[in-house]
Amino acid sequence: MSLSPLNALVLRTSLPVMFGYLPLGAAFGVLFSELDYHWLYATAMGLFIYAGAGQFLAVGLLANQATLTEMAVATLLLNSRHIFYGLSLISRMPNRGWRRLYQIFGLTDETYSLITATPLPADIDRGQFQLRITAVNQLYWVIGCTLGAWLGSQLEFNTAGIAFVLPALFMVLTIEQYKHLRDIRPFIAALLIGFGTLLLISREQMLLIAILLSLSVLMMQYAARRTHKRPEA
Amino acid sequence: MNEFWYLSSVIALLAGVTFLTRALPFMVLGRVADHPLLEHLGRFLPPIVMVLLVIYSFKNDVAFSLDFLPELGCLLLVTALHLAFRQALISIVGGTAMYMLLVQMGVG
Repeated sequence: MSLSPLNALVLRTSLPVMFGYLPLGAAFGVLFSELDYHWLYATAMGLFIYAGAGQFLAVGLLANQATLTEMAVATLLLNSRHIFYGLSLISRMPNRGWRRLYQIFGLTDETYSLITATPLPADIDRGQFQLRITAVNQLYWVIGCTLGAWLGSQLEFNTAGIAFVLPALFMVLTIEQYKHLRDIRPFIAALLIGFGTLLLISREQMLLIAILLSLSVLMMQYAARRTHKRPEA
Repeated sequence: MNEFWYLSSVIALLAGVTFLTRALPFMVLGRVADHPLLEHLGRFLPPIVMVLLVIYSFKNDVAFSLDFLPELGCLLLVTALHLAFRQALISIVGGTAMYMLLVQMGVG
């Protein structure tokens, strides 16, 4: 079997993502199978939501019987770190129509870094390359989710404690945020607000209340900085 | 509401929200994203949300007692692994495996 230079490049480039997405997707699938829903729902989540941290969070929210509003707000805020991502990509995405829509849908951290970091030979079509990278990455993810959920539903292994992948993932994301930001203040503020809300206000509505509190603190801080700065401007 | 409709609406909702956050920069084309308030929020909100999610994961077990020690220890293990190797998979699998071991031995 011989591959076109385009497909060969796509497979070679996406190999590291395959090694990441298959096991991480499978971890999601096994965690999802703890909820005792049919494994096909895990496939559907990989297909239609296609977000690593977002899907892990969804399992936690489903397990906690969160309301739909809580789910929407939590997911929105979790993904808020992505909002500034696409900006640098607008001028570099030649695709139009459904191809562009699909590419925007499939813009995960890993796909973003492959698309922005891979130098392309002159004879490779940039639009086709980006589209196929996006598609194979999602394929790895969907296969991982499905395998994990299916295995989890078939095998009777002792999964007690497996829900720890959730805080472990969020801890890793926290460290990545710190490496990126190099500023300890928001982390301390979050610890104070988080534990304060949990212990003093509400255990059940902790996430929503703590996020609203954090938003108000950030906005007040912004307003204070503006009024403070105004005389110099 | 039966299971199919419940899960379908959850999946549709989360798919919509996730797509929205990915499409936002393409829709506003940088006009609003330049606003200093959004920049301020975009800078400081994500780290705060991550920490809150870590705490939220333990919302039913957080307590100032020794019972919380295994969770705390495994979080430290995740942190140490991530600082050492910076490979998300190693950090997550290492910490989770340790936690599962502790729980199944009856420590957690």
